[in-house]
Amino acid sequence: MEATIEVDRVRKRFGRAIALDGMTFTVRPGLVTGFVGPNGAGKSTTMRVILGLDAPDDGQALVGGRRYEALAHPMRFLGSLLDAGALQPSRSARNHLRWLAYSQGLPASRVSDVIEQAGLTGVGKRKAGGYSLGMRQRLGIAAAMLGDPAILMLDEPFNGLDPEGIVWMRGFLRSLARQGRAVLVSSHLMSELQDTADHLVIVGRGKVIADTSVADLVAAASGDRVTLRTTALPAAMAALECAGAAAIATGPDVLTISGLSAQRVVTVLSTDGVQFSEVSAHHATLEQAYMEITRDAVDFRAEPTPEVAR
Amino acid sequence: MISGVELVRSEWVKFRSVRGWVIGMILAALLTLLLGVFVAGNGSIGCQTSPNGPVLSGKACTPAVPIGPGGEAVTDSFYFVRQPLAGNGSITVRVTSLTGMYSNGGQQVQAGQSPLAGMTKGLVPWSKAGILITAGTRPGSAYAAMLVTGGHGVRMQYDYTHDTAGLPGLASAAAPRWLRLTRSGDVITGYDSTDGTHWAVVGTAKLAGLPAAAQAGMFVTSPLHTKTEPFFGGSSAQSGPSQATAVFDSVSLRGDWPRAAWTGANVGGGKYSPGTGIGGFHQAGRGFTVTGSGDVAPVVPGAAAGFPTTTIEQPLAGVFVGLIVIVVVAAMFVTAEYRRGLIRVTFAASPRRGRVLAAKAVVVGLVAFVIGLVGSVGAIMLGLPRLGNEGLVLLPVSLLTEARVIVGTAALVALAAVLAVALGAILRRSAAAVTAAIVVIVLPYLLAVTVLPVDVAAWVLRLTPAAGFAIQQSIPRYPQVNAIYSPAGGYYPAPVWVGFAVLCGYAVVALLAAVVLLRRRDA
Repeated sequence: MEATIEVDRVRKRFGRAIALDGMTFTVRPGLVTGFVGPNGAGKSTTMRVILGLDAPDDGQALVGGRRYEALAHPMRFLGSLLDAGALQPSRSARNHLRWLAYSQGLPASRVSDVIEQAGLTGVGKRKAGGYSLGMRQRLGIAAAMLGDPAILMLDEPFNGLDPEGIVWMRGFLRSLARQGRAVLVSSHLMSELQDTADHLVIVGRGKVIADTSVADLVAAASGDRVTLRTTALPAAMAALECAGAAAIATGPDVLTISGLSAQRVVTVLSTDGVQFSEVSAHHATLEQAYMEITRDAVDFRAEPTPEVAR
Repeated sequence: MISGVELVRSEWVKFRSVRGWVIGMILAALLTLLLGVFVAGNGSIGCQTSPNGPVLSGKACTPAVPIGPGGEAVTDSFYFVRQPLAGNGSITVRVTSLTGMYSNGGQQVQAGQSPLAGMTKGLVPWSKAGILITAGTRPGSAYAAMLVTGGHGVRMQYDYTHDTAGLPGLASAAAPRWLRLTRSGDVITGYDSTDGTHWAVVGTAKLAGLPAAAQAGMFVTSPLHTKTEPFFGGSSAQSGPSQATAVFDSVSLRGDWPRAAWTGANVGGGKYSPGTGIGGFHQAGRGFTVTGSGDVAPVVPGAAAGFPTTTIEQPLAGVFVGLIVIVVVAAMFVTAEYRRGLIRVTFAASPRRGRVLAAKAVVVGLVAFVIGLVGSVGAIMLGLPRLGNEGLVLLPVSLLTEARVIVGTAALVALAAVLAVALGAILRRSAAAVTAAIVVIVLPYLLAVTVLPVDVAAWVLRLTPAAGFAIQQSIPRYPQVNAIYSPAGGYYPAPVWVGFAVLCGYAVVALLAAVVLLRRRDA
């Protein structure tokens, strides 16, 4: 089975509230796919539909081309973490992992493996009820990793992590993708996914607003502009215009180029033998890119709810 | 496919890794045991061997109770006019009258006064008079009898527990009843007739080990007269002795009779006999008038026995308390997962929800079974000797019945736990599920054996899951013995296995409903 998640026109309503309104996207192997949107955008519902926990009113979600419920030992193919607080407080972490392992036909030795992997060595025998939120997130990761799955699906795994934990989580997610696994990570904060996600599915009000690679998104937000520093201004301008870019001199030896990526600029200039000292893409942050993309769709943002006032 | 074993193992780890649940289950076993022992030790019997003798108590008061051929405790006291029967043969009589007297109880017989003083004329329904072939006159001997009764027509009865109806109606001069017993080896056949020419077979009895030299003749006996007064929450009974007198004529013997003279004597009797101890006979040619008192019947618990009795299930009175703890733990085993959102982790690991519920039911059911077994075996082992020391007579039952009561109680506890698991899955909230489990399983039992009027209690114990408690009844209900067969007295309205099946039915239906809901609902 290929390590993919395909969400196809999924609709789901809870009473009168429309939670998912034709949600459609695909998660591919080898990438960390960020699943971003404000609270209430339908991220968790989508994940529950993928896991077969909630039945969609219409559409379907497939993992590796099959319905999750049809998988024999599903955690061996897709590991998930929906809610780090979903623990019996009086049960030790080790026993929590043990029952999960047994349910997947896995040996108890996997428990020790994932406890180490998640950095919980030494605290496995403690009751999960005494864990901090950060430790619970690690325990949830350990549980998701039990079956050594090709797909990881994590709902808000950065919640409650300290800065060190955030760094660890990013490295961990990157390493999973490098191993060829498909990783779907939801977050309501785009900044958490900076330097982590390769691909982004941005959602609001139960549907996808943008489905794009991080590079493209940033490039689009940066206006596709590249700054070039060179002493051979005329030659550079000629070569770039020839390649279809628009170049404007913005300083004595500075050109601002649009219509070509930084990489292409370097290629074009090298081919023509034009000397330059610096090529830099005008980088917007992921957060800025996200704000830009959702600016036109303010109503996709979370509406202030009475809960906030409580 | 996730195998059932994996899931059961997984759910077992879940169960044993929460200390509170394990402690709860152990507590349930202890409560069952301790309460049973406490209840068992809560009585005391006192007695006097003679009006001015020393007051005895406890075991010293325990009467020697005869044991019938089937191993059950029996009452075997009657007046017997007999002669030996050396081999095969038959006896035929005509009964032309059955009359009697009874006491309501309550009135004390003064020293020197006849026990008949203050008695009322009349028959009790199970006054018995007729003919009898028996292995011997030792109480508890095997026998077969054809008899007329005070209120149940002609019967064939044998070996205390067997009873078959013959002709209806009371024997009288206008409507006499002919009775015949024929013996062939150890098979005895009973006949009745209204005219002595047209005979009908009422029944056949095989008396294993009946010696060639048997005793046969006419007998009369009459059990305690019991008057019950229903009151709110139960009934009270007053009982007093009764006696009956029958007139026999046309007595004829065929076959291997050595033709000895007729001799009459009280069989059985003694201090704890339900009879007056008065008996006798008068012969005029082929006619006899015989008077007797007592009973030839199995002993049932309660006032009708005439002495304090206990049953092997009596120390199980604490089961319901242990059951409360068990259903709480069983319901929580499911609802705790809903409370924490852990149910989603469970169903993400095992998307086949029905199998998850089945695994939970298996784990909780097995744990509850073991707890029920430990609790009830302990309660019986510790409780019965205490009851014995108080002077109560344990009504013996077969090993099979004992095993059924003990294993059945464990199964009852297990099924109740499974029902609670199903209720937990249906209701999803701890408080609601625990309340529901207690209300449908434990409360009906508790109300039925305490405050509910007998009729209502009977329906409650037929229709609710508490019907399963019937599995604890060790002594059957005998139609031929008048007694108060009430839930409070350890008698359940539903037959043992029917009651148990009702509980099974509830557990199965609740499980199926839970599976349907689990599948239909979002987790």
